[in-house]
Amino acid sequence: MNIFDYLRPATVSEAVAAASEPGSAYLAAGTNLLDLMKGGITRPRRLIDINHLPGLDRIEHLPGGGVRIGALVRNSDLAHDSDLTRRFPAVAEAILSGASAQLRNAATVGGNLLQRTRCSYFYDVASACNKREAGAGCEARGGDTRLHAVLGWSESCIATHPSDFCVPLVAFDAVVEIEGATGRREVPLESFHRLPGDAPERESVLEPGELIVSVRLPAEAAAFSAHARYLKVRERTSYAFAVVSAAAALRIEEATILEARIALGGVALKPWRTRTAEEMLAGARPDLAAFRRAAEAALADAKPSGDNAFKIELARRIVTRALVLAAAGTPERVPALPASPFAPVPGVLLHA
Amino acid sequence: MPEIVLTQASAHLRHGSNIGQPLTRRDGVLKVTGAARFAADNHPPGMLYAVLAVSSIARGRVTFLDLQAAKAHPGVVEVMTPANKPLLAEDPDAKTNPFIFRLDVLQNDHVRYANQPIAVVIAETLEAATEGATLLFPRYETEAVRIGLEAGESFIPPGVGIGNPAETHQGDVEAGLAVASRRIDATYETAAQYHNAMEPHAIVAAWDGDSLSIDMPSQGLAMALGRVAGLFGIPPESIHIRSPFLGGGFGSKGLISGPQVLGIMAARLVGRPVKLVLRREQMFGPVGHRAPTRQTVRMGSDSDGALTAIDHHTKTASSTFDDFFEPASDISHTLYASPAISTSHEAVRLDTGTPLFMRAPGEATGSIALESAIDEMAEACGMDPLAFRLKNYAEVEPISGKPFSSKALRDCYAQGAERFGWARRPLASRQMRDDAGLLVGWGMGTATFPALMFQGQARAVVRNDGTGIVETGAHDMGQGASTALAQIAADGLGLDLDQVEFRSGTSDLPDAGIAGGSSHTATAGMAIHSAGADVIARLADLATGDERSPLFGAGNAGVIARRGRLFRRDDESRSESYAEILARAGLAEIEGRGNSAADPAAQSSYAMHAHGAVFAEVKIDPELGQIRATRLVGAFAAGRVINPRLVRSQYYGGMIWGISFALHEHAVMDPRSGRPMNPNLGEYHVPVNADVPSLEAILVEEHDSYVNALGIKGVGEIGITGTAGAVANAVWHATGIRIRQFPITLDRLIEPTP
Ligand SMILES: Cc1cc2nc3c(=O)[nH]c(=O)nc-3n(C[C@H](O)[C@H](O)[C@H](O)COP(=O)(O)OP(=O)(O)OC[C@H]3O[C@@H](n4cnc5c(N)ncnc54)[C@H](O)[C@@H]3O)c2cc1C
Ligand code: SF4
Repeated sequence: MNIFDYLRPATVSEAVAAASEPGSAYLAAGTNLLDLMKGGITRPRRLIDINHLPGLDRIEHLPGGGVRIGALVRNSDLAHDSDLTRRFPAVAEAILSGASAQLRNAATVGGNLLQRTRCSYFYDVASACNKREAGAGCEARGGDTRLHAVLGWSESCIATHPSDFCVPLVAFDAVVEIEGATGRREVPLESFHRLPGDAPERESVLEPGELIVSVRLPAEAAAFSAHARYLKVRERTSYAFAVVSAAAALRIEEATILEARIALGGVALKPWRTRTAEEMLAGARPDLAAFRRAAEAALADAKPSGDNAFKIELARRIVTRALVLAAAGTPERVPALPASPFAPVPGVLLHA
Repeated sequence: MPEIVLTQASAHLRHGSNIGQPLTRRDGVLKVTGAARFAADNHPPGMLYAVLAVSSIARGRVTFLDLQAAKAHPGVVEVMTPANKPLLAEDPDAKTNPFIFRLDVLQNDHVRYANQPIAVVIAETLEAATEGATLLFPRYETEAVRIGLEAGESFIPPGVGIGNPAETHQGDVEAGLAVASRRIDATYETAAQYHNAMEPHAIVAAWDGDSLSIDMPSQGLAMALGRVAGLFGIPPESIHIRSPFLGGGFGSKGLISGPQVLGIMAARLVGRPVKLVLRREQMFGPVGHRAPTRQTVRMGSDSDGALTAIDHHTKTASSTFDDFFEPASDISHTLYASPAISTSHEAVRLDTGTPLFMRAPGEATGSIALESAIDEMAEACGMDPLAFRLKNYAEVEPISGKPFSSKALRDCYAQGAERFGWARRPLASRQMRDDAGLLVGWGMGTATFPALMFQGQARAVVRNDGTGIVETGAHDMGQGASTALAQIAADGLGLDLDQVEFRSGTSDLPDAGIAGGSSHTATAGMAIHSAGADVIARLADLATGDERSPLFGAGNAGVIARRGRLFRRDDESRSESYAEILARAGLAEIEGRGNSAADPAAQSSYAMHAHGAVFAEVKIDPELGQIRATRLVGAFAAGRVINPRLVRSQYYGGMIWGISFALHEHAVMDPRSGRPMNPNLGEYHVPVNADVPSLEAILVEEHDSYVNALGIKGVGEIGITGTAGAVANAVWHATGIRIRQFPITLDRLIEPTP
């Protein structure tokens, strides 16, 4: 048996203290972590089970209009919270497009943010991987790279971050609330995940022992609720990670875009916010030409990391489409095939 | 009530109404309540857990295993390696007949493919064995690997499939192409697929001296018995294999696999019962796969759209150490009439496990290429694909000139097309959009699969309480064999279903033949049917020869068996129950035996195949390329339908695999290491429910009096054929883009905008 310690702290501070020991890992639902342990990809010496920590499983609607989502809120509970669905519909749609119902029932908010890449060379322990072992090399380079990164990658790692949930979160300026040995701090989600650079083994700004306690969506994000969508292209209709995905949200008044938010998933080692493209849309009319220009700008810096140039073109088209969908208006309820190009869109001709 | 012609004793008839009924699976409740005991659910007292350590290189040698570390781990009992493995009576690398495949059972330190077993760790718990296997940290001497159809030297295999010639020529293809007014020449590629039944290969083995008790899923109990007996040098009688349920087989459990043999060896080594179950990723190597192919189809047709030549060439691959060559070109032998047909195969040897039978081996792979080519040919002729197929309808089997024993393919085309609405299909591509603007395409394919039979045996008994027992070592892979065969058994004895106990799934029963080649219902069913005839004939002899019986003297007139009674055929007012006949004769029971086999005379006179027509609709996002098969209608004619519910689900399952073949399923192999890179069900995609929104299977009536007395053809594999091509053709029809690499992935539809 792989012998490791298993601790079930009763308070956040106990958890942080326990996890500060080297070789520790937090265990949330384990839908990612246990797979990694079974495959020998990670071998933590101590598991700190956070499932019983008090107070982390709440969705709090804050007085100012923001919402604080506890790190242990299950993905399904969040996506079916009627207030959240109404005010941040793209977030619900993104969650519901991920994994399967069973996984969403278990998976937590904190775990979703910190899920590891799906790079198959990362999972294959016989392959060299800089992320698994600093400095070992990257065997994905020159291998099967069809689904690897096209933005923000480096010579040392070309993997992507697979989360759907994070994509609208980053578009909406979500903030990660972190508890560490020295107290609480906040980091905008946009700077929470690290690009690989020459240290792909460091995936986020978390210091050893630091615990995500919640994620906060600011009140301003609700202003997009009438025009907010998530779109995810995948290789089967459900239960697949994104090849490329995008969240798009608009504030439109009198046929003019006041403000736009755009983020991409599946293209980089972090959820990818595209501020230049957003700025181009401010003040523009919500039409196809403007959306195409924004999409061009969003992918301006993209370059293939292997056999994946198609993802750049695909990403442009997804951004364009997500903007078209957002402009058309948020549907009354999350469609039956959330975020899918096959989601029914009553009365709207999207693909003319 | 349907009347069944008897094979042996046509003097007597049997009436029953069980055949043809859509009964639900008799083991359904056991399965949904978890009470069904699959192989890995067995835990005999004292059982240990064995875990495979597998190779991470695809070619070379194991130079070091850290045995000390593994053995020192608490709970580890033993590590089995080439150095200490029990001796086998037979060389696992010996090839004594084409159905014996070479196994990797630690015979030496060589590695010939990734995920090959290199050691077995045996421990008190699964966790200890798993950790022990991790602690072995093998070191290797690595050689350059050969992966992909370009690797290695190409050669013409001695035979393809099981004993088919690698090349067949009928007529002059080059001349046919020369006179053609329209020609196509297209190359299609299919990807390697790996066996991934829900239930991975598992075994629980327990030795008692030289007797061996095995729980193991098997599609071929008798062959497994023979193989184990040979390998371990013990008589078959001292081996007992139980396989009451399989969590899917699809060909992967037809032959005992290397890992299962290792489970038996491990049990011998430690002198205790051992359980060994493959991890999901270990399925990608030692238990068979569908080899990749590159198929070139050349066709010509005259100005009326009649084919003048078909040339179907396949390049495929086997392992470096054994022979199985996917007979993909052979599909072109039987479907379309052409004065000249040529089929051929070439192959390379790769550092993979040996490819093996996978649901419709050859037919599925060949069908997607042939049906795509037919579609391209129809397009070249400016003809509707259905009209083109009807124009080239084979009235006799093209390659042999034999008449078909039955062929209701025209009905399949007609009923399928009608149900699907094919007549409304625009001829040109990229013409249809749905309300949301998604591209819509309609495609079709012809399905076909040979009607095969193996040899089988059965035993039937009628007891003096009027009930019956029927026994044959048949295999229920989830397809419902134990339900369908029980229906045949009941009618075979002229009893109600609840009056017959049907026993199957263990190796001490009469050999029911392998559950493969879509032949199981025919093979086991005919053996059961014959055994029933034998019992009824014996009962009739007892009654008609006994002057105290109301049936006395009816020997020439014959009797009819129905609902537990024999009736005089020419005077049904005279009858007697089975119980009365046995009681008077003072017998507790009466036993009959039955055999089945293909009839060589019928086989030499007739071509025997099931057929079908599959119509598919796909929707494709014009910019994003994502594809969905939104509607599928298949119409199949496969002789007598024993149980329409079960038959329909076989068609559904096949058709879903067809979608998978066209759009999803493929093993990603790293060409540098030879390792499969997506060895898990998260990334090795098969369709999920959302990929199959609408599926219909029409059972087309067909009577065949030549295949066997029951008129049964097979239904297990045909559904993949036709479907995969139909989906691929629908993709073309939707987009105008002809993708010839399968599965069709969306990146191929993303052309950069100009
Ligand atoms: C088959 C499959 C398909 C999937 N498909 C999708 C998909 O389409 N889209 C998608 O977005 N996701 C998908 N997922 C991923 C899934 O969303 C994640 O596995 C899940 O969100 C992880 O949450 P968890 O609670 O199980 O985390 P765990 O597995 O428990 O933990 C994951 C990581 O986060 C760390 N961690 C967890 N909580 C905290 C915390 N509060 N503070 C600090 N560290 C923490 C753990 O130490 C660990 O490193 C899929 C997963 C599977 C297995
Ligand atoms: S791309 Fe990144 S995760 Fe993948 S093998 Fe290279 S270093 Fe590892």
